[in-house]
Amino acid sequence: MSNITGAAVRFEKVQKSYDGEVMVVKDLNLDVAPGEFLTMLGPSGSGKSTCLMMLAGFEPATNGEIYLNDKAINSVPPNKRGIGMVFQNYALFPHMSVAENLAFPLKVRGISGADIDKKVKRALEMVELGAFGNRRPAQLSGGQQQRVAVARALVFEPDLILMDEPLGALDKQLREQMQYEIKHIHENLGVTVVYVTHDQTEALTMSDRVAVFEDGIIQQLSPPDELYESPQNSFVAQFIGENNKLSGKVTAINGKVCEVLLDDRTSVKSEAVNVSAIGDRTTISLRPERVEVEPEVSMDNMLSGKISEILYLGDHLRIVMEVAGNKEFIAKVRNRGELRPLKKDQTITVGWAAGDCKALDPVA
Amino acid sequence: MSDSTSPILTADGTPLKAKLAQTTRRLRIKALLLTLPLVIFIIITFVLPIGQMLYRSVHNPTGIMVTPNFAEAIQEWDGEGLPDDRFVEIFVKDLALAKKNREIGKTVGNLATRVNYEIPGSRSLITSTARKAKNIKEGPYLDALIKINKKWENPAMWLTLQRASKEYTASFYLAALDRKYDDKGDIVMADELYQIYIPILMKTLWLSAVITLLCFILAYPVSYLLSTLPMKTSNLLMILVLLPFWTSLLVRTTAWIAMLQTEGIVNDFMVFLGVIGDDGRIQMIYNMTGTIIAMVHILLPFMILPLYSVMKTIPPSYMRAAKSMGASTTYAFTKVYFPQTIPGIAAGTLLVFILAIGYYITPALVGGNDGLLISNLIAGHIKSTLNWSLGAALGTILLAVVLVFYWVYNKLVGVDNLKFG
Repeated sequence: MSNITGAAVRFEKVQKSYDGEVMVVKDLNLDVAPGEFLTMLGPSGSGKSTCLMMLAGFEPATNGEIYLNDKAINSVPPNKRGIGMVFQNYALFPHMSVAENLAFPLKVRGISGADIDKKVKRALEMVELGAFGNRRPAQLSGGQQQRVAVARALVFEPDLILMDEPLGALDKQLREQMQYEIKHIHENLGVTVVYVTHDQTEALTMSDRVAVFEDGIIQQLSPPDELYESPQNSFVAQFIGENNKLSGKVTAINGKVCEVLLDDRTSVKSEAVNVSAIGDRTTISLRPERVEVEPEVSMDNMLSGKISEILYLGDHLRIVMEVAGNKEFIAKVRNRGELRPLKKDQTITVGWAAGDCKALDPVA
Repeated sequence: MSDSTSPILTADGTPLKAKLAQTTRRLRIKALLLTLPLVIFIIITFVLPIGQMLYRSVHNPTGIMVTPNFAEAIQEWDGEGLPDDRFVEIFVKDLALAKKNREIGKTVGNLATRVNYEIPGSRSLITSTARKAKNIKEGPYLDALIKINKKWENPAMWLTLQRASKEYTASFYLAALDRKYDDKGDIVMADELYQIYIPILMKTLWLSAVITLLCFILAYPVSYLLSTLPMKTSNLLMILVLLPFWTSLLVRTTAWIAMLQTEGIVNDFMVFLGVIGDDGRIQMIYNMTGTIIAMVHILLPFMILPLYSVMKTIPPSYMRAAKSMGASTTYAFTKVYFPQTIPGIAAGTLLVFILAIGYYITPALVGGNDGLLISNLIAGHIKSTLNWSLGAALGTILLAVVLVFYWVYNKLVGVDNLKFG
């Protein structure tokens, strides 16, 4: 039974187990809107790739139903789903030329020779490889192979493209460049993209929405900025970006703000995100760049810290210090040209706004 | 700036190439020394015997050894009709002298055997003539010989003796190719009764092709399974595949005899099931069927291993990619998976085919009469008939056939593309 939802992809109560003992995916419910760039982000073994494989049709869902444009596809074999896919190691056929690789999905569909040539040429030009049609994949660089793989997934004009860690094999610089290229292709063509990665930078820069996976469950499904600014739980806070952890007990809740007594008896004000009652244990998450060193105005939280290390990184300084019992408390100070007289073992004041730190579920 | 024609120099002024050769010389000498024992071993055990085989297949010393004076003189004869009496005189005297010779390779028996190869049934002619040769004191010598035996009237006899007196001969190759010299010294096909080598060679090639094909059909799915199963299971299966390697060839072959003979397990079982009656037991061994079954079993690992090693390197994402682009499993298999296994198929079929062509022990044990291969004939000439030259000629032809197949293979798939494991 399916309702018309208008979603390009819909996971409904999907569960997956390989061995009958462990659930790799637990009760997944997810809608992907048409034209959306959705990223499944998570550490390895979190179930994100399994979800992609179920969507592509290479793994059957143990329970639940997957819909593609409101049609249930559990019993549809992968070759009838019409989904383009880019694989981690590109999976370009080594015995065919680049043009033959691109022509493959068109030939399967019985498209005429002249049309195939036209479409292949257009797809190659889209990824700026117009002159490389006669080469073998092995004669191309990693970045060029990557582009051929993208072009091959797009050439038969599917509505949905799946990408399984497509940039994992590239070096850092090329990876960043390809992130932009894939993003632009997505914007220009308006296809729906479901993208799997374990790289948070990739997820943040490319996606409309990011689904953070852990333990077979979506921990948070939000646009990138929200994911970074308002993590829903400690896992997301730690997985996305850098994060200072402060553990303590909730002593008061006033609407959105709560009072937390840290383990070294210091009291701090924090935004209450994932705490429910007074007396709960909590872990406060605070981004290093939101920490003010020696603040000139009074702030919600003012603590003292003993500097253990100062790292000069050009555009910013990283100051590692001990604050409220946390020996690895980090503050990022933007390099404004004024050199501050900071030294190791110096005790300084650090401050931050209550809204910049989030009281989340406790972590050990 | 140096122009493009002058050699590049190093900082201290010596040419770069010379300097490079100097610095790499130690490495090259070391590499040479490391391979030297193997090189010597191969030369002694492989290159020299093959060279000797090639030499023996054309070398024809008998006439020169047994009747040296006649061998030299008869080369002047034009081969028309019967030889002049002066040649015959030398022959008779040489023969009388050779009769006393007991040195191996120089006895009348050696010559008799050699002539008998070309004219079957002439062995006793030479030996009996030699016994009486010392009694012939004066000419005409030819008439004296004809008096001893009418066969000396036959010009073919003398032509054969002339050929047997040359140091090098093509006779053994002619025999190996079922050809012979006729009475006039022209090359013709041998009598139908004696045409055995080419049919056996053809049968060997055909049987090898059948065995290779059967190995391929059996090995391909198994290799695929091995390459896709999880490590633990595939290792266990691999041991089962390799198990035959750890068992003596003789044990395996005799096991097949126990299984396939008319009173064997397979026949008993089929009688028990009622598939065949007790009087209708099938002859599955000591014929071509037995050779094929036992050889397929023995050569199967040589097909599985190269196939497996190639399939192992083909990630499952290729098939998945093909399917995601809309290809059915069959289409994806034929267009994407199969072409990538060709290097393994080529290596496996070449290996099995070449091994099968020269296989000896299994056909000898289970082949009976109609399952014999060319190698069994070669062994027969080396061990029983002691016609080593013919054995060598047959062996050389076999080697040439293998090389031709290798060359064709190289043209078709390219040796660089072979993957043996």
